[in-house]
Amino acid sequence: MGKLPAAVVGVGQTHHRAKREDVSIAGLCREAIDRALQDANMTFDDIDAIVVGKAPDLFEGVMMPELYLAEALGAAGKPLLRVHTAGSVGGSTAIVAASLVQAGVHERVLTVAFEKQSESNAMWALSVPMPFIMPVHAGAGGYFAPHVRSYIRRSGAPSHIGAVVAAKDRQNALRNPYAHLRNETTTVESVLASQMLWDPIRYDETCPSSDGACALVIASEDSARSVDSPAWIHGTVMRSEPTTAAERDQVNPQAGREAAAALWKQAGITDPLREIDAAEIYVPFSWFEPMWLENLGFTPEGEGWKLTESGGTAMDGVLPVNCSGGVLSSNPIGASGMLRFAEAALQVRGQAGEHQVDGVRRALGHAYGGGSQFFAMWVLGDQPPAN
Amino acid sequence: MRDVAVVGFAQRQMSEFDGSPTCVELLVPIFAECYEQTGFTRKDIGFWCSGSSDYLAGRSFSFVSAVDAIGVLPPVNESHVEMDAAWALYEAWLKIQTGEVDTALVYGFGKSSAGVLRRTLALQLDPYTLTPLWPDTVSVAGLQARAGIDAGAWDERAMAEVANRSLTDAEKNENAVRKGGSSVEELLARPMYADPLRKHDCAPVTDGAAAIVLSADDRARDAADRPAWITGIAHHVDPLHLGSRDLTRSPSAARAGRAAGVGDVEVAELHAPFSHQELVLRRELGLGDGVRVNPSGGALAANPMFTAGLNRIGEAARRIWDGSASSTLGHATSGPALQQNLVCVMEGRS
Repeated sequence: MGKLPAAVVGVGQTHHRAKREDVSIAGLCREAIDRALQDANMTFDDIDAIVVGKAPDLFEGVMMPELYLAEALGAAGKPLLRVHTAGSVGGSTAIVAASLVQAGVHERVLTVAFEKQSESNAMWALSVPMPFIMPVHAGAGGYFAPHVRSYIRRSGAPSHIGAVVAAKDRQNALRNPYAHLRNETTTVESVLASQMLWDPIRYDETCPSSDGACALVIASEDSARSVDSPAWIHGTVMRSEPTTAAERDQVNPQAGREAAAALWKQAGITDPLREIDAAEIYVPFSWFEPMWLENLGFTPEGEGWKLTESGGTAMDGVLPVNCSGGVLSSNPIGASGMLRFAEAALQVRGQAGEHQVDGVRRALGHAYGGGSQFFAMWVLGDQPPAN
Repeated sequence: MRDVAVVGFAQRQMSEFDGSPTCVELLVPIFAECYEQTGFTRKDIGFWCSGSSDYLAGRSFSFVSAVDAIGVLPPVNESHVEMDAAWALYEAWLKIQTGEVDTALVYGFGKSSAGVLRRTLALQLDPYTLTPLWPDTVSVAGLQARAGIDAGAWDERAMAEVANRSLTDAEKNENAVRKGGSSVEELLARPMYADPLRKHDCAPVTDGAAAIVLSADDRARDAADRPAWITGIAHHVDPLHLGSRDLTRSPSAARAGRAAGVGDVEVAELHAPFSHQELVLRRELGLGDGVRVNPSGGALAANPMFTAGLNRIGEAARRIWDGSASSTLGHATSGPALQQNLVCVMEGRS
C-alpha cells in the first residue's frame, strides 16, 4: 500500500518579534491558526485532528502546554498529538500531520508549531549542565562554531562566505512582512564588521530569538481539489543519529545525506539543483547554507560555498534559498522548521508575495535539530504526485 | 487499513532508579529483550518513536540522549512525542499505515523520583490562571474524587474495592512496586492522605522505561506465535480547565472508546493513577462486570510516568499472546483528571 495523496491547503504565520507582549501563548498560536484556516476557507468544524509541535517546554516554563492550549487550538473533543524532535520539530510536526492524511485516518488536519522565547532564555535553557553529557556551552552557537571552522578548513572556503549568506537573507527578509529582523543597511561589509561571538561566527551571522508561530492545514486529495493551488506533498523524510560518537561527521552528517537521498528518490528527483525551483533550508548560523547545500546534494562536497559566492542562492539565482529571510531573520525555534515547510508551500502556490520566485513547480522545506543529528524534510509540487 | 500487531513488550519499574534521567541504562537491556522476543535486530526496525518529558528529566532535549540507546550508525527513521509513549505507539502505528515501514519499536522512559512529581505536574496546568496557585496532582485528583462522591457517582467503599483488587493482583506481577491486598474494611480504616484519597488510592511515584514492538502483516506472523492484532486505536482530548468540565466524567475517554470499537473485550488494562478514575473509565468505556480489569495490578501498583500508558497496551497484548484472552484493550491517560485518553483494542486470531 502506498501513501494517499495529500496537500497543503492553508498557510498561516504570525508577525515574528523578539517579544510579543500583546498576546498570550494561546493568542500567538491562534494568530497563525486563524490565518491558516482563513487561507484554507475552513473553520475548526472542518478539522478532524490537531498536531502541535514545539521545542523544549523549558523555553516557556509550561510542561506539555498543548494540554492547556487544547481549547484555544480547537482540539477539545478531537485527537491532539504533541511532537518534540528538537530544532527539527516544526518539520517533523508537519510530517506527522501529513501522515494522518496519507494513511487515510483523517481528511483535514490542522498543525501548529510555536515558540514564545521571550518567556524565558533559550540560550541558557539549552545549557543546563548534566553529569556525563557533553555540555552545549552557552547555547547553540558555541556548539556549532567548531563545525563551521572544520567546514572552512576542509572546503578551503574564503572567510567572507558566511557574510554573503547573512547579507542575502537579511535583504530577503525586507520582502517578507512577517520577518522579525528588518535591517535595511545590512551588507557583506557590515556583517564582517559586526562583533565576533563564537569564532568564526559573527553577531550578524546568527539567528535572532523570536516569539512566533506557524500553522498549516493539510488535506486529502478530495478536499484539496476544491481549493485554489494546493501544494502537493511529493515526499517526506525524517532521519536521526545519536549526538556523540567518534565516527560521526558533524560537518556533513550521514543522517542528512541519507535523508536527502531518500527524499529525492521519493519525489522522483534525480538532479535537485535543476529540478528544485526554491529551497527553504534551516540556516541558524550563516555558514550552514553552504554546508547544507552539500549535505542535501545540491553541490558536490566542498563546493557549496561556490554556489553561494556566485549568487546562485539569491532570489534570482539558479537555486533561490531562503527567500523569506530564513531562520537568520526569524527564529521562534519550535516554529522555525514549520516556517521552512510553510514558505516552500507559499512558493509552490505562488502566494509568497514580494519574495515569490517566478514559476516555482517544486520546492524544498528543510529542518534540522539537536547536534546536527535530527533531520526533517519535504518536497512540495504544484501538481499531484505521480507515484 | 493494514493489519498491525503488538509482537514484543519489555518493561522495567522501580521506586527509585539509581541512574540518569534519560534512562539509557534501562533502555539498552529492554531493547535487547524485544529483539530476543521477536527475532528482530536493530536493522529490522523500520521506525523508532519515543515518549518522554523534558520537565521530568529537568533538562531540555532529554530524549536526545535516549537515542543513544538505539546505537550509533547508520541513522534511523525516528520521532518523539512529549506525551506518554502510548501516543508514540499511535504515531508508529500511523507510520506503518502509510506503507512507509512495516515494523516499529516504541519506547518510553521517565525518572519521576528526580523531583517532587506532584509539584512538577502542576506545571501542566494553565500558566496564567492555575499554575501560580500550584495545585498539585494529588490535590486535583482529590477534588475529582470528592466531586464524584458528592454527585453519588461512587463512594469511598467502591474506591477501596478498586485498590484492594489492584494490590492483590499486583502480588503476581514481578514489575509492581506496590503490592499486597488486604480487605476493604482494613483499607477504609487507614488514614486520609488527601481527603477523600488514601495513600493506596494514589499511584506510587515510579521510575521506569518500557518498549513495544509493532509489525504489520506477515512480519507480525513471523515475529510472534499469536500476535495481538490492533483492531482499533484512537485518542481524544478534553479542555484542561477544571471549571469547564464535569470532573465525574471523561468525554474524551468515551469518544476514544467509541472510535476504537471497544466491543466485547475480556480484559481491560486501564491507566487510572487514582482509584476513582478506574470507575470513571469503566463507565465511559462501557465495560460490564464481566470484563477483567487490570490483572497486572494497573497504575495503582506501578505508574512510571510517560511509560505507564504504553505498559497498559503491553500488558493487554500479553493476555492475547498467552492465549488467556482473545480480545483485550489497553488504555492510556494524560493531563490532569483524565483530560486526554487513548484506547487500543487488540484481538488474537487462530
